[in-house]
Amino acid sequence: MTQILTMVAQRLALGLLTLFVVSLIIFLGVELLPGDLTQAILGQAATEETVAAFRKELKLDLPPHERYIAWLGGILQGDLGHSLANKRAITELMGVRLWNTLFLAFISAVISIPLALGLGILAALYRNTLYDRMVNIFTLSSISFPEFFVAYILILVLAVQLGWFPSISNIGEELGFWERVYRSILPALTLTLVVVAHMMRMTRAAIINLMASPYIEMANLKGLPRARVIVKHALPNALAPIINVVVINLAYLVVGVVIVEVVFVYPGLGQLLIDAVRTRDIPVVQATGLFFAAAYILLNLTADVLSILTNPRLLHPR
Amino acid sequence: MNDDAAITDTPEPLLKMTGLRIEGQADEQWNEIVHGVDVVLHRGEVLGLIGESGAGKSTIGLAAMGYARPGCRLSGGDIVFDGVELRSASENYKRDLRGVRIAYVAQSAAAAFNPAHRLIDQFAEAPVHHGVKSRAEAEADAKDLYRQLQLPYPEQIGYRYPHQVSGGQLQRAMTAMAMSCRPDLIIFDEPTTALDVTTQIEVLAAVKDVVKQFNTAAIYITHDLAVVAQMADRIMVLRYGNLVEEGTADQIINHPKEDYTQRLLAVRTYRKPDADPPSEEPLLRIEDVSASYSGSARVLENIDLEIGRQRTVAVVGESGSGKSTLARVITGLLPPEDGRILFEGEALPPALPQRTREKLRRLQMIYQMPDTALNPRQRLRDIIGRPLTFYLGLTGRKREDRVRELLEMIELEPDDFIDRYPTELSGGQKQRVCIARALAAQPDLIICDEVTSALDQLVAEEILKLLQRLQDELHVSYMFITHDLATVRAISDEIVVMLQGRIVEQGTKNDVLTPPHHDYTDLLLSSVPEMEIGWLDRTLAEREGRRSRGEKVLESADQ
Repeated sequence: MTQILTMVAQRLALGLLTLFVVSLIIFLGVELLPGDLTQAILGQAATEETVAAFRKELKLDLPPHERYIAWLGGILQGDLGHSLANKRAITELMGVRLWNTLFLAFISAVISIPLALGLGILAALYRNTLYDRMVNIFTLSSISFPEFFVAYILILVLAVQLGWFPSISNIGEELGFWERVYRSILPALTLTLVVVAHMMRMTRAAIINLMASPYIEMANLKGLPRARVIVKHALPNALAPIINVVVINLAYLVVGVVIVEVVFVYPGLGQLLIDAVRTRDIPVVQATGLFFAAAYILLNLTADVLSILTNPRLLHPR
Repeated sequence: MNDDAAITDTPEPLLKMTGLRIEGQADEQWNEIVHGVDVVLHRGEVLGLIGESGAGKSTIGLAAMGYARPGCRLSGGDIVFDGVELRSASENYKRDLRGVRIAYVAQSAAAAFNPAHRLIDQFAEAPVHHGVKSRAEAEADAKDLYRQLQLPYPEQIGYRYPHQVSGGQLQRAMTAMAMSCRPDLIIFDEPTTALDVTTQIEVLAAVKDVVKQFNTAAIYITHDLAVVAQMADRIMVLRYGNLVEEGTADQIINHPKEDYTQRLLAVRTYRKPDADPPSEEPLLRIEDVSASYSGSARVLENIDLEIGRQRTVAVVGESGSGKSTLARVITGLLPPEDGRILFEGEALPPALPQRTREKLRRLQMIYQMPDTALNPRQRLRDIIGRPLTFYLGLTGRKREDRVRELLEMIELEPDDFIDRYPTELSGGQKQRVCIARALAAQPDLIICDEVTSALDQLVAEEILKLLQRLQDELHVSYMFITHDLATVRAISDEIVVMLQGRIVEQGTKNDVLTPPHHDYTDLLLSSVPEMEIGWLDRTLAEREGRRSRGEKVLESADQ
């Protein structure tokens, strides 16, 4: 057990290190952007004095490393800085939107993960049959289309023609849980269609990969039905690669939602990022960027730990 | 009345396969691999199926369960088990049969147990699923059977995962699992092939005991005639999917009719003539070498060893005894922690990168698995030619001529073979190519790591004879790592016996093989099955007798 705890601690430390490097990259990346920030915000007409005053207010007159340390120090204390556009604290600005993004990711995950695993297991069970081929064709085509295209097709069919769901997902805190779920269905479906193929194919491949193992033959020769052989004997040993792919897709559900949020006017982090880029609201861009990186690293870390935990050799040492 | 008498004289057999034909798929084509074999098995009878790889013994064994591996199909004949024809039976009927009335024991228990589940869960699966026993009954039964099969801690061992249990124990746990529904028939598919001899004897005894006690019929598949002589009532000798000879164990072992059976029986008789030990300075001298992997427990401790010119030194021991590690230390793959290695009296640098190309040339290696030791994308011309260029700088015409010479040396026709890829060779031919590749460097010492273990007995014997002829012609020395004592008897001048990283006994072949031995050498030698019916019972009785007289009897480390 201590072995596993040490391992988790090591991974966590590595994750923090990665996050630190990412913060450097984000800061430098923004620093390297061409043009003067104050000029861009205040416009060409601004006088020298106002520009200088504004620079001082933003602390842009300080050398970069000092600003970086101040920024990092603020983050460590839970202060992400203030938006340039409306002067509000970024933590406050991100708060609601962060929950909205996580809510959407959660709904999509609840639909897509069981669906992908189920389809994958069935595809392995009925390998090379018509069903297997149809599932492959369908999921592969859905992943091949750009997200916005899938989104517009869904809007066209389910919102415009059938009128089942709203085409704009303007959710707010005043709405009840189910109302929010209802309004988030279309973006969640779009995301599901994008991620399900990857997970389903990995589930299928990981299981089929094991079907030639002697212990699978043994299970067959015990007279167990095929479904039981796959679920009880192949799946537990195929979990490590499946978990990895599932988590990578979960990370995508959190950080890759920008386009989908824009299409459905969903008030999430992606929208915030797009708006901030448009208005050159640098502190907001930096903060959201850092949050996306953190989410990505944390999820991948979870994947590593989980896939190691599914290995009985590590869980039950000699 | 006469009719009735006839029926009681020849009761309905438990299993009757007539004209069994099985096809295998290769390159989109179906080829017949078993050509109409008849098998009859009565209740409580043990039938041995023997033959080399490709004889179809496993395929026939599995066919008795109405099962064909993926890529194979049962294409003809009848398989009648207890009155029902299985080839035409429904999948559901066969599923209800498997695990309940016919069970299977696989060759490698380590691979055939699911790594994700505890032993007892896997034991209980068949009886509970088929409704033979409740979970609690199955668990109690598992513990009983574990006890009968003499597994240590029978109450607890079932709650372990497969990787927590040794190979010999796993094989017994698998036999217990096959017994879980008290089947009428068990197929044993080479159940002891992957085990060390000292462990094999225990497993054989346990299997024999339990089969007898429950009056279970068994098909015992093996390539080892000495093993089948201990286990079977009746033996069928198979080759290329045909029956060669069938008879009682006594008929086959003591009075074989067919030439092929006689050759199989004669395999272990080849023996290198004794030679006087050389008086000159040894080629390789290992002084007080100790080694470990990344600072963990010592794998080798204080090894002292000499290999003379044109001598064959056999290093024997069970898996885990450190014999392969010794080879890694000598080749420089694993630098020793202590001690030194002298080559012609001169110290060899401990690590591979520090050795000159000339030093590397003089020490070559041949591996256990010729399949993985040869690059499948290269023709023999390149495989054998590469060391010629690398070590000796041969190119063009000279290199080509030398490759042909080497191919002739290993008895492969140059014109026919030089452009072949490894996949176009048989296992024995591949090992020959590995030998040629080692010889290309004109080494003084070749380390042979279990070079015959992956080969059939007849092929292995040809390889041993070839190695011997090459030694006589080229005066090369061999260090022969093996767990197979028949090989040791055949080829060695000197024997080194290893146990848990130490040398327990060493000397000339006659010294080591004639008593008195070190206790461990004795255990090792007395555990090698002999081609004699009743050897197993006799040996076990002998050991039991010594134990009851209070004498010390060493036991396998894999208890």
